[in-house]
Amino acid sequence: MLLCNEAAQGAGICSGMPAAAARALAHHLIIQTRDHKAEQTALHSLAAWAYQFSSQVSLHPPYALLLEVRGSQTLFGGRAALLKKLRTGLAELGYKVQLAGAPTPLAALSLARCQHEQMVEEQAELAAALAPLPISVLDWEQTLLERMDGMGVRQLGDILRLPRDGLARRLGQQTLLYLDRMLGRQPDPQDLYRPPPQFKHRLQLPSEVEHTQALLFALQRLVLELCGWLRGLGAGIQTFYIALSHREGTHTSLCIGMHKQSRDAETFTTLLRERLERLELQGPVIAVELRAEDIARLDAQSLELFDKTDGEGGVDLLDRLRARLGDQAVQGISAVAEHRPEYAWCHSEPGHSRKDINGRQRPLWLLPVPRQLETRSGLPQFQGELKLRPGRERIESGWWDEQDVARDYFVAINPAGARYWIYRELDGERRWYLHGIFE
Amino acid sequence: MTLDTLLQRADIWRGDRLTTGIKAVPSGFAELDALLPGGGWPQGALTEIMMPRQGIGALRLLMPTLAQLSQGDRWICWVAPPHIPYAPALANAGIDLSRILLVHPRGQQDGLWAVEQSLRSGNCAAVLAWPTLDDKAILRRLQLAAESGDALGVLFRPRHFVQRPSAAALRIELAAEIDGSLSVSILKRRGGWAVGPVHLDTYLQTDGALALHSGAATATGNFQSRWQ
Repeated sequence: MLLCNEAAQGAGICSGMPAAAARALAHHLIIQTRDHKAEQTALHSLAAWAYQFSSQVSLHPPYALLLEVRGSQTLFGGRAALLKKLRTGLAELGYKVQLAGAPTPLAALSLARCQHEQMVEEQAELAAALAPLPISVLDWEQTLLERMDGMGVRQLGDILRLPRDGLARRLGQQTLLYLDRMLGRQPDPQDLYRPPPQFKHRLQLPSEVEHTQALLFALQRLVLELCGWLRGLGAGIQTFYIALSHREGTHTSLCIGMHKQSRDAETFTTLLRERLERLELQGPVIAVELRAEDIARLDAQSLELFDKTDGEGGVDLLDRLRARLGDQAVQGISAVAEHRPEYAWCHSEPGHSRKDINGRQRPLWLLPVPRQLETRSGLPQFQGELKLRPGRERIESGWWDEQDVARDYFVAINPAGARYWIYRELDGERRWYLHGIFE
Repeated sequence: MTLDTLLQRADIWRGDRLTTGIKAVPSGFAELDALLPGGGWPQGALTEIMMPRQGIGALRLLMPTLAQLSQGDRWICWVAPPHIPYAPALANAGIDLSRILLVHPRGQQDGLWAVEQSLRSGNCAAVLAWPTLDDKAILRRLQLAAESGDALGVLFRPRHFVQRPSAAALRIELAAEIDGSLSVSILKRRGGWAVGPVHLDTYLQTDGALALHSGAATATGNFQSRWQ
């Protein structure tokens, strides 16, 4: 047993116990096998996320990350503010962390490993701060640690008191270098992590999920990772993709688009929620994946300008409506210079309209399909007899694309005082049609 | 005692003063604005327009206001309009088409959601909708959404809803007059009683071109140029 939850602890199970012994204590015990590969992936995801706080991030597998923050802390309003952001962000991602800080990488790692959340400011204070730590915080080979234990060395302070030449002779030159690096006497260059140019994170769900609400919960974590990655790169996206893996091996793909660059987690989550609420799951979901490719530079300054003009929660109304109703359900309109009334308008992208002015009298409502009118003694009827207003507009055109029209348009009023736009065909049966309403 | 001195007295209470805090957008029709609290359609509130049938000019009544609002940077959102809002006519009425947002939801549930979101977003200057349901609680929600998004929410409704209770800040009823004018009765307004009707000529027809009734045009000079 490596780790166990409260219920398991209540049953008397503890870390270090063999699985069989633990099972004997609790029949319904669920044992998850440790997945080293998944741990590696998680550490990389975390590094991508942490890159927003420092451009110098290094990985220390299996479960440590190192961030150089001296250079970046002022950007976040000081050390305390930076730590608070880190802590909150990591908790939102669902991680339990030990944070510790020191002037050298190895000292920081040792402090973090001993579960004391300590911040050591000065190099001169390092030796004193490290002295009480158990030697187990050193990531040295087990045999070496056992030999030191045999020598009566239990704490770091014990080693640091030993003469250097004796230490090198008994434990090797490497240990001396390690300690020198830890205390800042030798430089300790790190392999810096570089975030990948694309974002593609996958999350295996602990159990099958059949409700979109639970999916959203899982995806939220990926969204937070995505936003951290974007902040680290100083970039934004207009589109992200979701893939839901079903038990049967099939996938459901979703694409969420926005009309402006963004890296706001709340915006992404809101749009995702709207989309998921409309989604009928094909079957239970076993894993979720979030992917983003086409990133564009988006600096903090222009983002602040956005936030001021955006509405509730920074989520653009257009994006929200489209996420739930579909792209086609949200449109703008244009007026087109065209004689045939049905072609004198078209849908266009909201905010981008053609505004060809016609200047002729036109009704505010147009019927999508002209409606044929009954006639009585040759006069058109619509909820009573229609009286034609003086004036007629002849519209003849379109022969070139076989959508030709030849009509005489009139404004007509029925007995109830409603005003309509009607026409009579110039050819054929010369029928009457209702084409618009002067609302 | 003259009327003026009477009005100077502190203990004399004037009904129209109740309405001075109300934000309103001029309707473009002087006779109507005179009756509306704040001198126009209530901004950040819901207005219900009751009408006996289509075709009597309910939309035309809003055109001067929508033309003015379209000059700003917020949307004029039409949720599930019953027909195609005809772009050439809207452009003729002085509306900047690039501010128009058409939303075509699939059902009533989505429609109400879209209305509420649009009203609440703060991104819409006006939201127009044609709901047919009769639900007091929903109207109340929409009224609150309009308040928080500072939007002019307009619901066009069949006349039989007149008797139903409503949280809308303004309710008016339209009727077509025999002379072609539009009769507007105010059924409910803030800080005042039911009043009306007033008769408005929403347009004078001159050889196919549109012109505003002179009384309305002088009330808001900036509309005039667009209508010439």
